[in-house]
Amino acid sequence: MSHQPVKFYQTGTFTVGNRLLAPEQRSVQASAKRYNSLNSGHRACQGCGEALGARYAIDAAMEATHGQLVAANATGCLEVFSTPYPETSWQVPWIHSLFGNTAAVATGIAAALRVKGKAVRVVAQGGDGGTTDIGFGCLSGMFERNDDVLYICYDNQGYMNTGVQRSSATPPAARTATTMAVGVEPGNVFGQGKFVPAIAMAHEIPYVATATVADLRDLEAKVARAMELHGARYIHILVPCPLGWGSASDQTIQMARLAKETGLFPVFEAEGGEIKSALKIRKPLPVEDYLRPQKRYAHLFAPTLRADVIERLQGIADRNIRKYGLLEENP
Amino acid sequence: MDKPFAITLDVGSSLANHTGSWRTRRPVYVDRLPPCNATCPAGENIQGWLFHAESGDYETAWRKLTEENPLPAIMGRVCYHPCEGACNRGRLDESVGINAVERFLGDEALKLGWRFDAPAAASGKRVLVVGSGPAGLAAAYHLVRSGHAVEIREAAAQAGGMMRYGIPKYRLPRDVLDAEIARIVELGVKLRLNQPVEELEPLLGEFDAVFLGVGAHLAKRAYIPAGDASRILDAVSVLHGMEGSTDELKPLLGRHVVVYGGGNTAIDVARTAKRLGAEESIVVYRRSREKMPAHAFEVEEALQEGVQMKWLATVKEAGAGEVMVERMVLDEKGFPQPTGEFERIEADSLVLALGQETDLSLLQKLAGLNIRDGLVEVDAGMMTGHRGVFAGGDMVGNERTVTAAIGHGKKAARHIDAWLRSEPRVPAPKHALATFENLNTWYYADAPKTMRPMLDIVRRQSTFDEVLGGLSEENARFEARRCLSCGNCFECDNCYGVCPDNAVIKLGPGKRFQFNYDYCKGCGLCVAECPCGAIDTMAEDI
Ligand SMILES: Cc1cc2nc3c(=O)[nH]c(=O)nc-3n(C[C@H](O)[C@H](O)[C@H](O)COP(=O)(O)OP(=O)(O)OC[C@H]3O[C@@H](n4cnc5c(N)ncnc54)[C@H](O)[C@@H]3O)c2cc1C
Ligand SMILES: Cc1ncc(C[n+]2csc(CCOP(=O)(O)OP(=O)(O)O)c2C)c(N)n1
Ligand code: SF4
Ligand SMILES: [Mg+2]
Repeated sequence: MSHQPVKFYQTGTFTVGNRLLAPEQRSVQASAKRYNSLNSGHRACQGCGEALGARYAIDAAMEATHGQLVAANATGCLEVFSTPYPETSWQVPWIHSLFGNTAAVATGIAAALRVKGKAVRVVAQGGDGGTTDIGFGCLSGMFERNDDVLYICYDNQGYMNTGVQRSSATPPAARTATTMAVGVEPGNVFGQGKFVPAIAMAHEIPYVATATVADLRDLEAKVARAMELHGARYIHILVPCPLGWGSASDQTIQMARLAKETGLFPVFEAEGGEIKSALKIRKPLPVEDYLRPQKRYAHLFAPTLRADVIERLQGIADRNIRKYGLLEENP
Repeated sequence: MDKPFAITLDVGSSLANHTGSWRTRRPVYVDRLPPCNATCPAGENIQGWLFHAESGDYETAWRKLTEENPLPAIMGRVCYHPCEGACNRGRLDESVGINAVERFLGDEALKLGWRFDAPAAASGKRVLVVGSGPAGLAAAYHLVRSGHAVEIREAAAQAGGMMRYGIPKYRLPRDVLDAEIARIVELGVKLRLNQPVEELEPLLGEFDAVFLGVGAHLAKRAYIPAGDASRILDAVSVLHGMEGSTDELKPLLGRHVVVYGGGNTAIDVARTAKRLGAEESIVVYRRSREKMPAHAFEVEEALQEGVQMKWLATVKEAGAGEVMVERMVLDEKGFPQPTGEFERIEADSLVLALGQETDLSLLQKLAGLNIRDGLVEVDAGMMTGHRGVFAGGDMVGNERTVTAAIGHGKKAARHIDAWLRSEPRVPAPKHALATFENLNTWYYADAPKTMRPMLDIVRRQSTFDEVLGGLSEENARFEARRCLSCGNCFECDNCYGVCPDNAVIKLGPGKRFQFNYDYCKGCGLCVAECPCGAIDTMAEDI
């Protein structure tokens, strides 16, 4: 892991800040002078994980580049809630691309800056729909050319901005507007979809990582590491969406935490196509603990308990735990 | 208007958009009462002083502690720390070692010579304190700090009450006791030793108020048929005798000692006997081990030192060199019933440790007093039925601990102060309790409790050296940092970090945070993610 966890200072590394730590050991978000790249007044829903994840990530990138950063942004909630013309919440040079081409736009910006001889860094960002579906061709191109861009995908597991439709990042069994909770296999089907971090790794680009809004220190360390490197880099952040998931607005971080703790969302880091480390599960939990609080899985619990479906989801978690080595060797 | 192609409006910041209007519930910062504080008989602000110890600012921690309790080095040795039993961390892994940190702070203060702040301006009022036990000392300390002239009259040759004449040295070294008492006396308390108050009434005219803390020193007896050659002693006298200046004055107990009773005093006598060289020191108690009023850890330590326990037995008769005991059984209600089975055990002496009561003879002529079950009745402000005469400690309550006595002394002092100034005392309203359910324990790193070192067993059986050691600075700080800070902001920046709307303002070290209600949408994330439960929500009127 690129960041050294603080072993023990009352709350270890888990809280955002820690008055007992030396300032240089504190998180970017703990600073009273953080950039607030995504400022107040944006129109994201109450408790939006995407708004939170974007500020975490872009502030960390701003910190790493001393503010020398440009962002390209695909269409999606993040763009819509932050920038209703002529207002914007961004405190970073920012351009709205199309829904599907933000990787290409970022590539172009990076090329222009290189030609102009400017040491300004480039990030591209988009939702899971803009990344794993419509923007995937541009993204893969950016990867294979190893363009000097950090691409950040904010994964809320659906097309939230247009009313919660399924994307290729929507998990099996989840209800969306296009995968209704009807029929023998209610919700999204099993055996479809893709996990873009693994595809990104297959491009053997310098850096690929996953993160969640529940592990701030880990997320910041990953952005900082990505900014130390050049070439194509990819960070995929799980950002719960209270609206689309049907979870309480105060449970956004808890949902991300449970996704990681159950093993449903593996949090790891890879360089040059090879996994370097995985964030271990602290308190192993059954997937049910994660599913139950979300209305998009309500059909698994009523009118009848779908133990069979929960079992299959548990199987996915178990496989992640095996595949990414998510359990502590000597607990 | 010179605008780029297709641009018609000025660019603006979203700060113009006050999303606070969406809110239906608002978060508010609160301070909740940590369970440790709520439980402390001396009313210490434990979480408050641990907070300073966490950052290594031990002196501030000690000052915060001694606002409530002037005897931390003693506390850190003899307090039965009910706070640790209530500590929320106990439900996570193990309770915070509050008592150990308190001792560290107390010892640090003695080592570095920290002094109390000078008393407030003199009030011109005189208060008599009868007895220099923990109740009297605490009352004197708080009274003198409030500016009153205090005189303690103490019957014994030295101050400290049962802390000196009861609690053995191996649990409370006398240099610690002496130093903490001296620090109180230094504040200007007039301590008059060898001055028993035989009759209080005539003294009332000399003082504006009186605090009584005479303790409970009369040993309770049980009728035990005894032969002429038997040697029967009582526990308080035996322990009192241990304070004799030379060995000749030490009590002669013999090689076989039987102690009758099941409280802490019985255990202390039995352990003392062992240290005085008894081959056998046996505690006889009529009920079972679980029912013993003595604390489990004390029983355990005694057993380790070779003290023997005879549970479910009563002493029937004391003869020359032996006592006869009868085996008991517990009935279905848990009461011991005789079995008619007898046993003789060797005993050069039999020490009765059956509890103590108060000698109230000094109060005989005092009008208005109410005595119930041997205890002097006091009102909520610790005042007895006689106006201007207050009381606390063992003589008013059955809790009978040093800590409770200190709490009584403090409370009485605050009411005496108000009474002397003819102002009603309005205590600050109590905060709601910080329950375990208020916490988000995810944020606390796993950290097992630090154990204090114990003296080796040989020295525990042959000397009066202190049994329990103290923590090193590093360990004390670690232990302090295990505190969850229940119900009180410890500036972890979580609320500031997790707000998706940047609606939390960080005010800087020591100043905590503030909500920016212009932008707070009321999502409640800060409330859910506050580790220590220092944020509550309330409905907006809409
Ligand atoms: C053996 C033993 C061990 C104990 N161990 C612990 C322990 O580990 N932890 C704990 O919390 N508690 C312990 N206790 C209980 C604790 O010591 C008492 O509850 C506490 O000391 C009571 O304080 P006090 O101020 O009310 O009375 P005391 O401490 O009894 O002090 C009363 C003082 O008043 C003086 N006095 C009495 N009458 C007069 C008079 N007429 N004129 C002038 N002076 C007078 C006495 O000489 C004495 O100094 C123990 C008690 C005993 C007996
Ligand atoms: C080419 C094109 N097709 C469709 C749309 C409509 N559209 C806008 S946002 C969006 C969904 C965005 O989903 P995602 O990328 O996951 O972002 P989220 O809103 O979930 O953050 C869609 C379909 C569009 N803007 N452009
Ligand atoms: S964790 Fe700290 S504040 Fe909470 S009960 Fe324990 S000592 Fe008190
Ligand atoms: Mg999405």
